[in-house]
Amino acid sequence: MMPTSYLWLLPLLPFAGFLLNGTLGRKLPRTLVTAIALLFTAVPAALVAWLWAGMKAAGAPESISVVGSRWIAITGFHVDFAFSVDHLTLIMLAVVTGVGFLIHLYSAGYMAHEEGYWRFFAYLNLFMFFMTVLVLADSFLLLFVGWEGVGLASYLLIGFYFRKDSAANAGKKAFIVNRIGDFGFLLAMFLLVQHFGSLTFSHVFSAIAANPDWHGGVLTAIALLLVVGAAGKSAQIPLYVWLPDAMEGPTPVSALIHAATMVTAGIYMVARCHTLFDRSPYALGVVAIIGAATAIFAASIGMVQHDIKRVLAYSTVSQLGYMFLACGVGAYTAGVFHLMTHAFFKALLFLGAGSVIHALSGEQDMRKMGGLRTRIPVTFWTMTMGVVAIAGIPPLAGFFSKDEILYQAFISPNPLGKLLWLVGVVTAGMTSFYMFRLWFKTFFGESRFDEHAAAGHGHDDHASHGHGGVHESPAIMTGPLAILALLSIVGGFVGVPAVLGGHNEIEHFLAPVFSSGAEAATTAGSTGLEAGLAVVSVLVALLGLGVAYSFYYRKPGTAASLASKAPALYSLVLEKYRIDELYNAVLITPLLMLTRIVLGALVDTGLVNGFGALSGGTVRSFSFLSRRMQSGNLRSYAGWLALGAAAVLVFMVFGRFWAH
Amino acid sequence: MNFDHSILSIITFIPLAGAVLLALLPDRGKLIPGVALVVTLVTFLATLHLPAHFNYSAPAGSFQFAVDVPWVASPAIHYHLGVDGLSMWLIVLSGLLAPLGVLISWNSIAERKKLFYTLFLLQQVAMMGIFVSLDLFVYYAFWELSLVPMTILIATFGRTENRRRAAIKYFLYAFIPSAVLLVGILWLYVTTGTFDVVQLTGLAAAHGISPNTAALWLVSLSFLGAFAVKVPVFPLHGWLVDAISEAPTAAVMVLVGKLGLYSILRFSFGIFPDQSREIAPLLIALGAIGIVYGALLALVQKDMKKLAAFGTLGHVSVVVLGIFTFTIAGIDGGIYQTINEGLGGAALFMLLGLLYERYGTYDLREFGGLAQQLPWVVTFFVITTLSVVGLPMLNGFVGEFLVFSGAMQSGVTHHVGFTVLATTGVILTAAYMLTMVQKIFYGSLGLKPRTVPPRDLDAREHLLLWPVAVLMLAMGLASPYWMRAIDTVGAAIADDIPSSPATPAVYMVPGSNFPQHAYQDGGQK
Repeated sequence: MMPTSYLWLLPLLPFAGFLLNGTLGRKLPRTLVTAIALLFTAVPAALVAWLWAGMKAAGAPESISVVGSRWIAITGFHVDFAFSVDHLTLIMLAVVTGVGFLIHLYSAGYMAHEEGYWRFFAYLNLFMFFMTVLVLADSFLLLFVGWEGVGLASYLLIGFYFRKDSAANAGKKAFIVNRIGDFGFLLAMFLLVQHFGSLTFSHVFSAIAANPDWHGGVLTAIALLLVVGAAGKSAQIPLYVWLPDAMEGPTPVSALIHAATMVTAGIYMVARCHTLFDRSPYALGVVAIIGAATAIFAASIGMVQHDIKRVLAYSTVSQLGYMFLACGVGAYTAGVFHLMTHAFFKALLFLGAGSVIHALSGEQDMRKMGGLRTRIPVTFWTMTMGVVAIAGIPPLAGFFSKDEILYQAFISPNPLGKLLWLVGVVTAGMTSFYMFRLWFKTFFGESRFDEHAAAGHGHDDHASHGHGGVHESPAIMTGPLAILALLSIVGGFVGVPAVLGGHNEIEHFLAPVFSSGAEAATTAGSTGLEAGLAVVSVLVALLGLGVAYSFYYRKPGTAASLASKAPALYSLVLEKYRIDELYNAVLITPLLMLTRIVLGALVDTGLVNGFGALSGGTVRSFSFLSRRMQSGNLRSYAGWLALGAAAVLVFMVFGRFWAH
Repeated sequence: MNFDHSILSIITFIPLAGAVLLALLPDRGKLIPGVALVVTLVTFLATLHLPAHFNYSAPAGSFQFAVDVPWVASPAIHYHLGVDGLSMWLIVLSGLLAPLGVLISWNSIAERKKLFYTLFLLQQVAMMGIFVSLDLFVYYAFWELSLVPMTILIATFGRTENRRRAAIKYFLYAFIPSAVLLVGILWLYVTTGTFDVVQLTGLAAAHGISPNTAALWLVSLSFLGAFAVKVPVFPLHGWLVDAISEAPTAAVMVLVGKLGLYSILRFSFGIFPDQSREIAPLLIALGAIGIVYGALLALVQKDMKKLAAFGTLGHVSVVVLGIFTFTIAGIDGGIYQTINEGLGGAALFMLLGLLYERYGTYDLREFGGLAQQLPWVVTFFVITTLSVVGLPMLNGFVGEFLVFSGAMQSGVTHHVGFTVLATTGVILTAAYMLTMVQKIFYGSLGLKPRTVPPRDLDAREHLLLWPVAVLMLAMGLASPYWMRAIDTVGAAIADDIPSSPATPAVYMVPGSNFPQHAYQDGGQK
């Protein structure tokens, strides 16, 4: 048995890094800031590797936990600081600390010339702290600590360039939209407290497991409210609107928080609560539909965006939709599997995009890129791995995880299963298209980059950047790219299904967590079907590649002429279906208008203050009193008090008579 | 030496002695604020005696550090003071806020210092007196006393021409219901022959105050009315925005919330338990509405102080909602949130005051981009913001979570609706607080920051903000330290037999066979 107390170190080390850099960083040299930030994320990553080895050993317990001090305690209810680790947590921990460390490393190069370097790393470490708390938590409330905390870190990092209004707005928007999700999460917890008297996972889930006749009802309500929370954090319809704007943050932040880790928290939460969701087919159905709808909706927007980071942002929303879909059809393992592979290739793609932006001194518009294949070869080759992986072309990671989701959707007992599968397959084609579109536009064809105009400009619209000209990134940035590219290539092999000659190790690994899951019910498939569907997915991915090839490589201009045939539709999609505008017009503006006119002018000025100004008259009639008051004369007050006291005494005397 | 029987008198009357001393001293240099600082610090240290020697295992309903001396034979007035889990931390909080109030006024009050600090100390006497008195007559004397210095502070030291109107408004709002309260207190005396709160509470628990329920109702309303205006409970907040907007920072810090909320818990709930429970649904509704109302109006303000004033209305409404649920979570959370509001409000108004000292305006439109220039100010401002919006691991979350959770457990009609309504407050509060942060600190430099040279916190200002920030974190991480005293009171008041008629099938999707009550107590302490 391993000692468990070192589990505390996993979050506390990054927190120490945050405190050090946050308080002293301004005065420390950059190398020391870097050293602190890297050290305090490298050690937890190593600890997680050790933990993994310990828990994979034969005879090791399926989960370990550690209980610390009491956080909230009232009669009849309490919450402790307590962590627990099972195999699901292990995967999350490995992704968070592993990818997190790589991105820290990359940031040391990427942010090297930025003002506020120390602040950046302090926030990044703060994020790591909250994210590890989130995945280690053994209760809903402690998970919520991490949940809100990563939101805070995200807010601070999106608004890192706080002098830019767009960045400050994006940060605020992210926080508030996430709060809408948290509103659902909180209500779910209130219901849990009401009905279970506890927020500890083991308590709640064992109570549900012990009562097989509990279905729907409150469980559905709780599950749906949790979905609201998950939709906020994992950027699903209708709360996805914050994520594209979050690209205002520095690119490593987009990679770490808004692609690989934080945004997957919603999927993690649903998977963690699978016992609950399994009892509510209704809630699961909602999850599946939201996921599928988000996947195709975001992919369609991603197909026409010009900003390289925006394409990746919508791609992330879309991929998160796949994971939602997986959870919604009860295929939690597939969801977590895709979460993991997505963390690899999407972090890679963002970091690669960052490397491109770095090379072009801050240019993010793909219309001004092109022909970078030979200029930044390491970035090109590593990013190619990411593109192929996400496009779902075997044998790279994305193929296996995405295909598993599609297969599970197809065979799920959900009456819409086949439709969900179809949406997923179409989305897969779109994904392949927009990713190869990005690939061709960035790395192939003529260079459309104006080197003279842009030379000397910093990336992310900020801070100037000594070296001009297109240049490959330093090793500290390409190193993480290479590692992530490797993971994107081989990451899928842990989940190769038997039909393709694999052992699906991840399924066995997660079996103790999801054993009671609905996956048992989805045995309607057959190996022939699975193989057939896999072929369909591959063909669709190749089709996407082919279309992108002909549009953006063989006959550039096809896309433009196609767009000009349906200008209204094209601009609608280009402008993201104007959902932000819709929310503004339907929700925010009316709310503020109503507040100003009805609450402000009518109720507060009219009624509430009218009350007091029954007053207008009263005030004047008390002018005698008021004149006294303005004198500020203490003696007059003593007088008033004495008068009052006299009145009291008189009252008492007569009161006695009155009483009898 | 054992202070236990004199400590409450010491706490209450040191500031009075200080006030007298200040009245005698010459108004020269920093002498007056200096003496005021010493007096308030000594008082604060004295208040720390209470948690250090508090007996946490004492049964609910017992008062500690008590002193009970007959004062006037007829009418029977006793000098009866005592502290329990409800009042203890409020006393310590008031003790802490007083030196902070002196320090925040250190430079900003340059004229009529003597008047200012004398009144400030008198205000302190009144507050302490209110928290420790267990005799209604003595209590009422302090209650009335609390009106006077505040009114003069607003009228004399208000920041605009509107100050007199604001002061009169405040006075009338507070005075008229207080006069009615006096009638109620006298009726109680006449009926029961005692002013003693402990005796009255005992009688009330045995339904022994009066068989005349109509009269009891009227008298309970006279109590609740006076307290509700003081809190203020929506829609009785007509005085609030003007008073906050005019009053100097030190006065604002002690203006809102705790006196009224404490009084409701001690006197309304203690002496009129049945009436309080009957009227609870109304107050729960007003609390939930007040949360949303305050937050929405805060969202559209251009003036930072008015914004914070409406925000304050929202925060005290959280407490109102919580305590009237009569659940353990609601009352515990409500009391905790009362302390949080005191701390958070103090921090927020101090920070706004510091900005006002620098830039001479509270108009949000004239700010912008200060984060670069004032890194310490923005740090404390963001911490305070996070506490106010209820970020977990800071104090605000603990209180808010318990209150809303209590609201969900309460069996009141439409409790689900009110819980949902109140919980939208977490979205709206984030919206207005983050908007304020953005407008002051982010974006390009605003009008004022362009013309005024930047000046970050000096040592005195650090001294003001560190204790509050540290407390916010500590109270967010180790809440049981504070909660255990509070919980003895909350558990005694609440009627937490899980009696809430939560019939899932009624408001949830069909197909439910979830048991009516799956309440399993997983929380053995």
